Amino acid sequence: MGKGIEMDKEYLVLTYADYEGGIRDGKLLGLRCAACNKITCHPMPVCQWCGGRTLEITELSGEGELVTFTVIRIPSEGFEDDVPYIPCLVRTKEGPCVVGRLDYDTERATQELLGKQVKLSGAYTYKGDKFSGGPRTCPVFSLELSND
Amino acid sequence: MRDVAIIGIGHTKFGRAAKTSIELFSEAALQAIDDAGVELKDIEALFQGAALPGFEEGQVMPAGFSAADLNLGPIPATRFEGACASASVAIRDAALWVGAGEYDMVLAGGTEKAVIMGVPFATRTFAMACHAPTEGPAGLTFPGVFAMAARLYARNYDLPLDALREKMACVSVKNHQHGALNPLAQFYNKLGDLKVEDVVKSKMVADPLTLLDCCPFSDGASALVLCAAEDARKYTDEPVYILGTGQGSGGPLSKMGDLTKPASRISSAKAAFERAGLSPKDIDIVEVHDCFTIAEIIALECMGFFEWGEAADATAEGQTEFGGKIPVNMSGGLIGKGHPIGATGASQVYWIVKQMRGEAPKGNQINPVPEYGMTDTLGGDFGTLCHIILGRTKK
Repeated sequence: MGKGIEMDKEYLVLTYADYEGGIRDGKLLGLRCAACNKITCHPMPVCQWCGGRTLEITELSGEGELVTFTVIRIPSEGFEDDVPYIPCLVRTKEGPCVVGRLDYDTERATQELLGKQVKLSGAYTYKGDKFSGGPRTCPVFSLELSND
Repeated sequence: MRDVAIIGIGHTKFGRAAKTSIELFSEAALQAIDDAGVELKDIEALFQGAALPGFEEGQVMPAGFSAADLNLGPIPATRFEGACASASVAIRDAALWVGAGEYDMVLAGGTEKAVIMGVPFATRTFAMACHAPTEGPAGLTFPGVFAMAARLYARNYDLPLDALREKMACVSVKNHQHGALNPLAQFYNKLGDLKVEDVVKSKMVADPLTLLDCCPFSDGASALVLCAAEDARKYTDEPVYILGTGQGSGGPLSKMGDLTKPASRISSAKAAFERAGLSPKDIDIVEVHDCFTIAEIIALECMGFFEWGEAADATAEGQTEFGGKIPVNMSGGLIGKGHPIGATGASQVYWIVKQMRGEAPKGNQINPVPEYGMTDTLGGDFGTLCHIILGRTKK
């Protein structure tokens, strides 16, 4: 037998709109799981590690390690003005990885950057096109001064 | 579950086509029907891969119109969409439904017409198979995703990036060599004598991947007739049996863990091997999803043909060529043959069947003909994976 559902229960504790708004305010928001205590970021309706259902909004430090990156030379339609630019994958100090952009000189962006410490330094908002469901924001990371 | 056989195959020329996507599919389907020696009225359902028809020709729901174009009557006709793995998931579902006994004979395959979109818009629409909310604003492209994987591969195995780039280039050299020999390939008679330095010095697309590390945008279709294995010899002396399939799902790049060891591919390949009761050492030939050079290397490791970190060296040593440990992409692969994304999985199966019949183009046919073959198809940034194991004899 099911237990029935609460008609007004909010299943999404942190939406993309709130997450992206946080990035524009200089904050990387995530969700702490009551079951495993780990952090989910970007947001999901359940814990990304254990599937736990009880989540609470938390703010990440914005610090992490550069896992990998690329320099885009041939972009998608709509990104022509950005070229060259650097999408990157960052493993946050708190555990989850996030995709964003790296604010760095593209001509000096070499393999040696992998593993460097980075910090959230801003937001990039793509104005959107007919297919993007409106503007979208991702985090921008910069190298920590100590290792630049 | 019943055993399932492939009794007919069809494949259009890959490249730039003037025909519509549905015309391309009909051409491949009628070839397959004729090859099987069956009638259109024998087809009970259509399973069609098509990734981006809405953006290419303003056509959603192409499967229904394909069934109509072939005058198949009001049979169930369904579009399957798993980005670049669309045809493989269509074929897998077709095999499962025939295996379950719901249908005795079906048509499965895929079609795509991407060239007309042009590079900027095609790049945009292909990138829709990335995770839109998080990877969209970052401006990731498909070459970009695999460029990130290549850098990580180099770091994981402590390889200088330039050394890895040369090993990756060997994938392009090999696949173009075979694509140039394949009359249905986009690069037939072209780029067959490519050199490693040509690949490395080609135009940079997404650092470190150059244009010649990438497959092209393509038009084309491929189709198969599948039937219950018990009936196959009524139609052909050379049925090819679907011995096992697997499918896996990934997710956003940021949730994947190590991009060079995607769980979606590992679990899909493992499931296919388990269903077939075979292991990598039993497989004589594979067609893998070489959308980019590094993708072939990652695929071969995930499928278990090489240990982690060894496929790049193995490729450079010729172990994925004729006479090597496992011949890979003797059709030219996506890089040499072209990649009409909705059709690619069916094309991979087509060329394994051709190998098993001893009908692959001269210079691409392995000898003796393979007993067991396998396909590997990837959609998105490891979002949809599908594997199909084929054999000349039933289990």
